Amino acid sequence: MGTASILIGLGAFLACAVEMVEALTIVLGVGTVRGWRSTLIGVAAATVVLAVLVAALGPALQQIPIDVLRLIVGALLLVFGLQWLRKAILRSSGYKPMHDEDEAFRRERAEAEAAGGERRAGLDWYSFTVAFKGVLLEGLEVVFIVISFGSAQGHLGVAVVGAVAALVVVVVAGVLARGPLERVPENTIKFAVGLLLTSFGCFWGAEGAGVEWPGDELSLLALVAFFGGYSWLLVRALRRRRLELAPAEAGA
Amino acid sequence: MKYVKAFGRFWWDFIVGDDWTIAAGVAVALGLVAILVDRGVNAWWLLPLAVALLTGVSVWRQTRAG
Repeated sequence: MGTASILIGLGAFLACAVEMVEALTIVLGVGTVRGWRSTLIGVAAATVVLAVLVAALGPALQQIPIDVLRLIVGALLLVFGLQWLRKAILRSSGYKPMHDEDEAFRRERAEAEAAGGERRAGLDWYSFTVAFKGVLLEGLEVVFIVISFGSAQGHLGVAVVGAVAALVVVVVAGVLARGPLERVPENTIKFAVGLLLTSFGCFWGAEGAGVEWPGDELSLLALVAFFGGYSWLLVRALRRRRLELAPAEAGA
Repeated sequence: MKYVKAFGRFWWDFIVGDDWTIAAGVAVALGLVAILVDRGVNAWWLLPLAVALLTGVSVWRQTRAG
């Protein structure tokens, strides 16, 4: 198995794990308050939509010439990955609050308790739509990553296996914990996913534009190290700046 | 028309997010790479440097904005 395959599997696993932890919080918040039947039907419906998207778009994209595909996918992945990376840098340096699953779970439960009891097609409509929307929106990011990884490198299978493995791990952990997985180091995982997406986007985007990377796939590791080191320096600089500004703001 | 706009807005937020200059910068950098490659320069170093610059400027600006 090559460097790219390992990183693709790892990236899909981590991205899916972190998104599914967030989806699990929503599903648990609604399910524990309003019952499981409509909630789980919402989860199942969203899962089917996501699976259809992967099954339809994955093979369809492989019909596009590989250089054009890598340029487009690389550019999109780079822009998308930089969103993750920038947010992770801002969180780590204290400029953006860390994501708190426990707080999200409490908020979800409070909203579920306050919502009305409308029924449609024999379903508790609130439970169904919240579970469906939560899983669909969180899952869409995973689908985007899986399809990009799979189509640009021709490793759709590796990316799907990585994502499904994460899904199984998160669901089993959620059932065992019977609560939100607040101990999962979500912000660290998001940092790692941001680094991988940015590195792959850079690699494929440049390759699609005609570049030949020195060391071929091995340069992916160099890109991860470069962006990792640079992000670490940015976090340090921003933390220092925040601490320098804090006394001045307090005195103002 | 309302739904088309909402659909477009959703995908814009999903991929580009809150800082469009990153997307524009990536597009310009990729264009420059393609031009250099076309002129015989294997400019593999350009995109990582451009991405690092864009990221630094974006987070710095965001922290200044509060």
